[in-house]
Amino acid sequence: MNKNVKTGVVWSFVALMLVFMYLPIIILIVFSFTDARALGVWSGFSVELYVDLFNNAQVMTALGNSLILAFVAAMLATLLGTAAAVGIFHMRKWKKHTANFVANITMENAEIVTGVAFMIFFLVVRLPNGWITLIIAHTMITVPYVILSVMPRLSQLNPNLYEAGLDLGASPMRSMFTVIVPQLIPGMISGFIMAFTLSLDDFIVSKFINGNVSTIPIYLYNALAKKGVDPTLRALSAVLFVAVLAVLIAMNIVSAKRRKKQLVL
Amino acid sequence: MNDSVNVTAVADDGARKKDVKRKMRGIKRSAFAFPYLALSVIFVIVPLFIMLYYAFTDSVTGAFTFDNFKRFTDGWSASLILGKSLLAALVTTVICFLLAYPLALALSSTALNKKFVLVMLFILPMWINSLLRTYAIKIVLSILNVPETGFAIWIRVIMGMVYDFFPFMLLPLYSVLSGMDRSLTEASQDLGASPVQTLFKVTLPLSVPGIVSGVLMVFMPTVSTFAISDILGNTDTYMFGNIINQWFNSSSGWNIGSAYSFILLILIAVTVLIANLITKGKTETGGIL
Repeated sequence: MNKNVKTGVVWSFVALMLVFMYLPIIILIVFSFTDARALGVWSGFSVELYVDLFNNAQVMTALGNSLILAFVAAMLATLLGTAAAVGIFHMRKWKKHTANFVANITMENAEIVTGVAFMIFFLVVRLPNGWITLIIAHTMITVPYVILSVMPRLSQLNPNLYEAGLDLGASPMRSMFTVIVPQLIPGMISGFIMAFTLSLDDFIVSKFINGNVSTIPIYLYNALAKKGVDPTLRALSAVLFVAVLAVLIAMNIVSAKRRKKQLVL
Repeated sequence: MNDSVNVTAVADDGARKKDVKRKMRGIKRSAFAFPYLALSVIFVIVPLFIMLYYAFTDSVTGAFTFDNFKRFTDGWSASLILGKSLLAALVTTVICFLLAYPLALALSSTALNKKFVLVMLFILPMWINSLLRTYAIKIVLSILNVPETGFAIWIRVIMGMVYDFFPFMLLPLYSVLSGMDRSLTEASQDLGASPVQTLFKVTLPLSVPGIVSGVLMVFMPTVSTFAISDILGNTDTYMFGNIINQWFNSSSGWNIGSAYSFILLILIAVTVLIANLITKGKTETGGIL
């Protein structure tokens, strides 16, 4: 095959796949600017759905809850996960295998099984569902991802630095916090972002343990699972799509400028 | 850990002392993992055992029983749904693979290898909530007028699943293909293999780790999903996840739900184990983790 023809074929295939990928999203955004109740019906341009959305107290509460929950859980996960990464990195043999196995459980397990296991557990220990259970669950399911982002930084560290700290008279804690932790910060930041995003995204685990605390994904699920969907969901979805894409694209552009050709997430 | 070559007895003794010291410090450092591991035992492992206890006890009397598992085969309704879920997951996985593999090849080919932005565009939707993506597909389906009856309901659900899980198949395939040593395929062609032969005898076998992790990330999540059927399908398209979800929504169904969760857990463990055997532990996780 002629080289130009080949390149043309490759390009058109990629372009076609890109259309498949983004067309549904674009259609959704387009239809968020019309106020027809039924899906896929255009009844003229209108921003009414957006007005309704921002006046919807339920959505605004859920949004606030989601952001607070994601922030608290990601902070806790970053602390626990960074410490765990340092610990696991210095383990040997069976201890390391066991620790890795434990960290892998929530990642490999189906989210629904993790969710119902949390639900049963909180019932047995009589912890009422709500903020506390959500924070515990979100922290536990996001820690492994923090460990995964911190671990590569650790293997790049000079192993003698911590020892040097100790030899110069610092306690292990002090050596850890003044020598090791500052160098792990980039890994911790990407771990935090990942934990934050995963927490914002989760509804399967949350659904079983949220009590009466609503988050955006739970609000979405409850509204979508009902047939005859509320049209303001189109506006909400469009806003969320654009927000997520904008943040991700900005983050990737910034990082691409700094470290060439590396996806942040 | 200790690379020192023992030249003399004195040096050996010194090295050993240093090693002992280092080990003590090593123990201290590994202790940093303790808080997370302790919390994991409490909040992850203990709950799974409680679930196991529920799976083997009667919901009313609390006595030990196998009945919760028996319900799985009684009347076959639950096992039938598991069968349907496995089939739907298989179809979804195959479609995802057939679309993602050529795309991964194209993205990593010399024609557009340097187009980092392009790769990014394909991976980004992964970070958009799957409910939103499912909703977008729902709108497309209503524009296309795909009915909610008969066989068409399966087309709706499979379309939603393929759309939702596609990036998870693409990413590991892309990262294994873009990391592949290009001289291998060049060598194959220099030795007279046709492009098709090169694909099947060189490229495909070398991408097995990526294929395995792609399949892992699509297959079991499809079996255990419940939101896609809830949003795009009806009770006919219930996945195994829907059944578990249903049992846990009724307060008397937790024991049966636990038994089914346990079955799902075993299935996942088996697939992960098989995957590890195939790749000998070298799965390609790609950039997402």
